[in-house]
Amino acid sequence: MAQAPAIEPMHQFLIEKIWDGPVFHIGGLTVDMSITNSVVSMVAGGVILVLFFLLTAKGQIVPNRGQALAESLYNIVDKVLVSPIIGHGGRPYIPYLFTLFSVILVLNLMGVLLSFGHLAGQDWTFTVTSQLAVTATLAVLTFFSIFFLGFIKHGPKFLGLFWVPGMGVGGGIAMVFIEMISYFVRPVTLAMRLFGNMMGGHVVMSLFGSFVVALGLFAMTGGLAALAWVPSGLSFFMIVALTGLELVVAVLQAFVFTALATVYLNEVVNFGHGH
Amino acid sequence: MDPAAAKLIGAGLATSGMIGAGIGLGVLFGNYLQAAIRNPSAAASQQTMLFLGMALTETMGLFSFVVSLIILFT
Repeated sequence: MAQAPAIEPMHQFLIEKIWDGPVFHIGGLTVDMSITNSVVSMVAGGVILVLFFLLTAKGQIVPNRGQALAESLYNIVDKVLVSPIIGHGGRPYIPYLFTLFSVILVLNLMGVLLSFGHLAGQDWTFTVTSQLAVTATLAVLTFFSIFFLGFIKHGPKFLGLFWVPGMGVGGGIAMVFIEMISYFVRPVTLAMRLFGNMMGGHVVMSLFGSFVVALGLFAMTGGLAALAWVPSGLSFFMIVALTGLELVVAVLQAFVFTALATVYLNEVVNFGHGH
Repeated sequence: MDPAAAKLIGAGLATSGMIGAGIGLGVLFGNYLQAAIRNPSAAASQQTMLFLGMALTETMGLFSFVVSLIILFT
């Protein structure tokens, strides 16, 4: 009987060095500039994005397929999110939100769609957004730029965001702490949501993938074990369905991240306008 | 009890927080569908709010997922 490979659903999230780079020591911090599989995926995502928007940037009155796709992506951010939620005051921030949306979308989709497999002793398929470090960077960047934008636009008055009117003095002071907790937990939830969704989905896909192989190998032993072809085949169809679900999740999570950033931005742009 | 076994049991128990997220998602989409069937013309305009609510509800379940991962891998 062939030895079934060990079921290692977390193996795909390992960061491995591909080319060794210089290591810097800056004040106790060690900065390793090696090229890892994460870096390769990020660069590939960046190249895809830049190429896509360079090829579609030349506007035509009758759009070709690429331009139509780019315009509908832009419409998701502009017509579905920014215009209804923030209104006209949100237009200056569309570039940032659209960048956020397209970067997360491309990196999510690359994790599901682009499977280069195992080449030259290295696994090239990697989901960048399934790393907490990446999603936390995006979330912290988004949250604190919006937070400081509030102070730049409104000055110290912006602290009134934490004040709940109509609670009296005592109740209001108590609510300030609760409001602050619920406000500053936002980057954590933003990072966790994207990370958890991408990682959870890929773990489930990997598990069903190992079921197909492990049960198939078991079924090959013959006799009554041949019944294991049934769950093996079912797992295979499950992977097909899960890949479709993961495609939806990849697009949805990019949308949700941008939508929440828009809602947080709305509090800043329309601050004091009674919302 | 063997600490390794207790770790696995704890990680499994931690995921039971997803029960609440599951109920919440069911309530959310159920109520959205009810409202959408009663007034289909208003359904499309509320889709953004539906996904926002889904994201916020789902976060609670993901917290328990992350807690169980922390228990498993630390």
